[in-house]
Amino acid sequence: MDENMGVGKRGQEVLPMIVLTLVTIPIVVGYIWIFVSTFAQRTYGLMPVDSNGDPGGLTLANWSFLWEDPIIWRLTLNTFVLATLLTLGVLLVSSLAGYALSRISFPGRKIFLGTTLILHAFPSVTLLIAIYFVLRWITGVPVLGRGIPFLGGFGYNTLGGVILVSVALELPLGIWLMKGFFDNISWDIERAALIDGCTRFRVWWQIVMPLIRPGIAALAIFTFISGWNAFLIPYTFLTKEELSTLAPYLRGLLSDTAPVSYSTVAAVGLFQLIPVIVFFIFTQEYLLNIFGGGSKGGV
Amino acid sequence: MIVTFDNLTKRFGDVVAVDTVNMQVQDGEFVALLGPSGCGKTTTLLMAAGIYSPSGGEIRFGDKIMNNVPPKDRNIGMVFQSYALYPHMTVYENIVFPMKLKKVPKSTMDERARQVADKMGIGDLLDRKPGQLSGGQQQRVALGRALVKQPDVLLFDEPLSNLDARLRYTMRAEIKRLQFELGITSIYVTHDQVEAMTMADRIAVMQDSQLQAFDTPAELYDRPRTLFIGGFVGNPPMNFMDVEVTGQSGNFQARRPNFNIPVAAQRGRKASDRGEVVLGIRPEDVSICAPDEAGCVAGEVYVVEPMGRDDLVGFLVADTHLYALTNAGSGLKIGDQVALRFNPDKAQFFDPKTARSLLWE
Repeated sequence: MDENMGVGKRGQEVLPMIVLTLVTIPIVVGYIWIFVSTFAQRTYGLMPVDSNGDPGGLTLANWSFLWEDPIIWRLTLNTFVLATLLTLGVLLVSSLAGYALSRISFPGRKIFLGTTLILHAFPSVTLLIAIYFVLRWITGVPVLGRGIPFLGGFGYNTLGGVILVSVALELPLGIWLMKGFFDNISWDIERAALIDGCTRFRVWWQIVMPLIRPGIAALAIFTFISGWNAFLIPYTFLTKEELSTLAPYLRGLLSDTAPVSYSTVAAVGLFQLIPVIVFFIFTQEYLLNIFGGGSKGGV
Repeated sequence: MIVTFDNLTKRFGDVVAVDTVNMQVQDGEFVALLGPSGCGKTTTLLMAAGIYSPSGGEIRFGDKIMNNVPPKDRNIGMVFQSYALYPHMTVYENIVFPMKLKKVPKSTMDERARQVADKMGIGDLLDRKPGQLSGGQQQRVALGRALVKQPDVLLFDEPLSNLDARLRYTMRAEIKRLQFELGITSIYVTHDQVEAMTMADRIAVMQDSQLQAFDTPAELYDRPRTLFIGGFVGNPPMNFMDVEVTGQSGNFQARRPNFNIPVAAQRGRKASDRGEVVLGIRPEDVSICAPDEAGCVAGEVYVVEPMGRDDLVGFLVADTHLYALTNAGSGLKIGDQVALRFNPDKAQFFDPKTARSLLWE
C-alpha cells in the first residue's frame, strides 16, 4: 500500500503488533498442532512423542486412509463436483438476477430484495425437514429425479439434489453481492453500449460482466470454499457412503462408540484443507475486493 | 436529418420530467439544450437517444416516428460527460466496437477507425486502455467512437463538464468546427450558458421541465422572453431590481427610492403605469459617469474583481447589489462613491408576477 499512510512512528506500531500477536497465537498453535499430530503417534503439547511418551514417534500411519480407505478419493471427487457445480450455479443465477435487480425496475423488485435477505437469515437447519419433502417429491419426477449419470439426479439421496439445495441456500448472498457490484457500474457505459448497437443481453455479457470480473471471482471463490466445506446438507441428504463428501466423512471418524484417533481426524482435516489453503494463497487479492465492491477501471 | 419533438413528455411516476416540449432541429443544425440541473434537458436527450421512451408526444427523425425504435436502430452517436468508454477494451477496440456490432467488413472497419483516430489526434494511442489516458484524450476517443458510425444525429451530454477550463476552451472550438465540417445534426446538452452561446446555432432554454425559448444566441441575449432567460443567458449575469416606470410624451423614467434613471421611450412605454416591474440591465450596460451628470445615480463600490481584460465591479445602488463591467485599471477601491449611468436603450422589463418580458411579447 501507500508508504505515506503510516503517519505514526515505528515505535507506535509495536504495541498493536504485540496485542495482535498474542490474540493470534492460540489459532496459530492450533494449526501447528494439527500439522504435527498428523505425522506423530501421539503428541505432548506441540512435541511428537511415541507410545512410551519419549520424543520421536514420527509416522505416516495417520495418512494411511489415503491408500487403505480408497473411498476417500471418490469422496474427494464428489466434493469437487459439488463445489464446482455449486459455484457455476450460483454465479449464473446471481449474476443474471443481480443485474435485473440492479438495473431493471419491475413490480415487486423491492419486496423481492427484502425477502431474499430474510430468507438468507433462516438457519438452514430449520429448513431440513421441508427440504426433505421437496427432494422426495423431485425424486418422483422422471429422469430429473434420479436418472442422471454420476449426479444421480436432483432428488433425495443424490449429489445433484444436494447441489440444487446448496445453490438455493447460497443464492441470497450471491444475488445481493452481485447487485452491489452492478450498482457500481455507471449507467452511461451501458447507454453508450446500447447506442453503439448492443442488445440488452449483449450489454450484460460483453460490457458489464467484464467490468465486475473481480466481483465474480470473489463470489466464485467464496462459493467454492463453502461448497467444499459443506457439511449439513450433504450429511443430511446423502445416506450412501460412496455418494457422500469429505466433511461428513470427517464427522464419521468422530464416532460416539469407538475410541477416536484424533491424529487421523487431523490428517483428514488437513487433507480437506489443502485445496482451500492453496485457493486462498492465489486469490486473496480478489477476496479483498468483495468488501471493496465494484470495478477498479479506467473510469 | 431533421429531428422533431412534438409535445414530447416524460413522466417518472408522478414527476413530470419533460413537459410537452415542441421543437424542430433543422438538418445539420447545432442545437444546445440549456438549463440548470434537473430541468429535464438530459431526459429529453435520452429520449432522443432511445434510452427512455416518451410518456407522451412524438420524436421524429425526418418523417419517421422514433418513439419505439431501440437505440441501436437509430443510427445516432452519443458523447457522455463521463466519457463512458469501455475500460476493458483498448482505444482501438472502443472505436471499432460500434462497427463490429454492425458487421462492417474488417478492412473498412480498420480504415475508418484509423481515419477517425487521425482526425481526433489520437492515432498514437490506439493500443492504450482508457485508464491510461488523460480526460481530454478520453473525450476525443469518445467523440471518435460516436463519429465512426457516421451517425445521422450526434447527441452530446455535457461532454466538456469534466475537463479543466483550458481544455474545455479548445475542445469547444474543435467540436464546433468538426460539427460544421461534417454537417451532422447535433443536440448538445449543457448547463453552461457560455458553451451554449459559443457553439450553438440555436439554443433551447429549459426550466422546470418546460421549454422556455428556442432561439438564436443573439436573440436570447438581446431579447430575453422571460426573467429566467435574462438571468441565465449571459455572463456575468444580468442585474435585476424592482422599479416603477413613469412618464409621458416620450420621456420615461424608472424609479425607486434614491434611484431615478431615464429609459428609452419605446421600452418605457410598455413598462409604464403597471406599478412595480423588474428592471434588468446587463453589467456591460452599466458604466461610470462624471458626478452630477444628468441621468446618473449614486452608488458605492462594494467589491472589485479584476478579470484581466476588464474589471467586474460590484456596487451598492439604492439598497441593491448590482454589477458593472468597467475597463481594467479603473482604479476603483472598495468604499468609493461613484455615479453610474444605465444605458437607456438596453434596459429590460419583466412582469414580476408572470416573470415574462414586457418588451418582447
